[in-house]
Amino acid sequence: MIELAGLTKRYGDKLAVDHLTFTVRPGLVTGFLGPNGAGKSTTMRMVLDLDNPTDGTVLIDGKHYRQLHDPLKMVGALLDAKAAHGGRSAFNHLLCLAQSNGIPRARVREVLDTVGLTSVAKKRFKGFSLGMGQRLGIAAALLGDPQILMFDEPVNGLDPEGIHWIRNLMKNLAAQGRTVFVSSHLMSEMALTADHLVVIGQGRLLADTSMAAFIAENSRSYVRMRSPQQERLRDMLSGAGITAVPGEEGSLHVNGEDAAHLGELAARHQLVLHELSPQRASLEEAFMQLTAESVEYHAHDGRPAGSGAPPPGAGWGDDWRKKGS
Amino acid sequence: MAVPVTAVQQVLQSEWTKIKSVRSTVWTLGIAFVVTVALGALISALTKKNFENLPPKDKITFDPTFTSFAGMGLGQLALIVFGVLVVSNEYSTGMIRTSLAAVPQRGIFLFSKIVMATLFAFAVAMLTGFVSFFLGQAMLGSLKASLGDPGVLRAVIGGGLYMTLITVFSMGVATMLRSPMLALGILMPFFFLISNILGHVPATQKVGRYLPDQAGQKIMQVVTYDSEAPYGPWGGFTIMVLWVVAALVGAYVLLKKRDA
Repeated sequence: MIELAGLTKRYGDKLAVDHLTFTVRPGLVTGFLGPNGAGKSTTMRMVLDLDNPTDGTVLIDGKHYRQLHDPLKMVGALLDAKAAHGGRSAFNHLLCLAQSNGIPRARVREVLDTVGLTSVAKKRFKGFSLGMGQRLGIAAALLGDPQILMFDEPVNGLDPEGIHWIRNLMKNLAAQGRTVFVSSHLMSEMALTADHLVVIGQGRLLADTSMAAFIAENSRSYVRMRSPQQERLRDMLSGAGITAVPGEEGSLHVNGEDAAHLGELAARHQLVLHELSPQRASLEEAFMQLTAESVEYHAHDGRPAGSGAPPPGAGWGDDWRKKGS
Repeated sequence: MAVPVTAVQQVLQSEWTKIKSVRSTVWTLGIAFVVTVALGALISALTKKNFENLPPKDKITFDPTFTSFAGMGLGQLALIVFGVLVVSNEYSTGMIRTSLAAVPQRGIFLFSKIVMATLFAFAVAMLTGFVSFFLGQAMLGSLKASLGDPGVLRAVIGGGLYMTLITVFSMGVATMLRSPMLALGILMPFFFLISNILGHVPATQKVGRYLPDQAGQKIMQVVTYDSEAPYGPWGGFTIMVLWVVAALVGAYVLLKKRDA
């Protein structure tokens, strides 16, 4: 269990992390979501006592990180896949970490096998791809067989097979009753792995909820209607007191109405429909709505920053679409 | 704070693995040995050849032991590189975060690293000191000193200690500065040029002779013609130790409070 209470980090005038209070519980994959620069990595560094909080505390099973003996046996973390000496072999990299926490040498071979790096164990880190580095970082996190695992953007640089592997790994670790805390800026990724969701933007807590509740609350559902007689469709809806907003390609979007009811209504008016389909706004849209105000690094699309939710296909959302594909 | 012995042993072992698992250790320590010994032997041989032509003052103050250590000025640069790399590689690669997550007690981390690197440096420095001495004396032939002469054994052991302390000092400075380029960019020219100038130019000599290497080199001299220096061999050595202690305290204080 990781407990954050009023955790705050200030760099000069800028609040990178702003009074974060939440608990990461065992047995679940907790997704830690936020746009780039939201303070996710800073928060994780404070959990590991690498950065000193300006205010507030973070406790690991009731203790400060610095009070832990052999901390790798309690908390395993992947922060940065490139954080290893280029001249050291994968085996020696893990060996020196293992020795510092009294972990036997045999365990190094085990974790290398788990992450599939046994064949390159003697190779120097310099020649590793980003994906291999990511696997080595995960091996280091698993080294002490810890009850708490923390991964900062673990799918970055992994190929589809690797992404699939890490998703299953995280789910299995949580199923074994471990605490799994994983950060991402990809809502789509979180939707697939996380049971619980903590969303932050500009260092502030925006949501702390179960994944199911987040989906129910945030994925707006609507019905898309299309008719060759669009004017009549519009009149019919307004006549029935139903508001519709224009959608893509001449369609209309209707909120809060059942598709069956709308179909029956059209039949009564003998209106030809080319489309009548229930739709769900994507979780990405919900996430962007939630964090729109707090996105720090807007792409320059000719509009003033902070002018509400970016339209689909603009802003930083472009970035994850490419990465996620 | 009570520090559990096993924890310290574990971290010492880990730092031992770190140092011996990178090639730069072999390269830097190897170069320190070869350059110091070879240059010392060369200068000893040249001195022997030209001894007759030396002015009388230089003949009287001739110090065969110190002459055989003439390669140290250059050889110490390789030890500085070793000391800087041991520490600042952690920062330049980002390994420091992984390391401190594994060992959050930063005092134990820092001193285990420094103790292990110092053991490597000490072994190489002592070997370098003795080999330089014997090879240098062989080149000097009839001019040679022997280990049994007064002050010679102290000077030879002192040569090894001097090189060791230069390495430890570099580790302290590198911990404070973090960047390898910055640490090397300051330490190398300082010990190769600036300190020598400050220690020998009359205007700055009074202050310059208290610099770590200027004071520390005193222990390698057997014939002390420079009677103006207000300290003896061990006095000079103590001044150097104080510099090293100051660098280590600075390193500890900064590492302790800084964000990694």
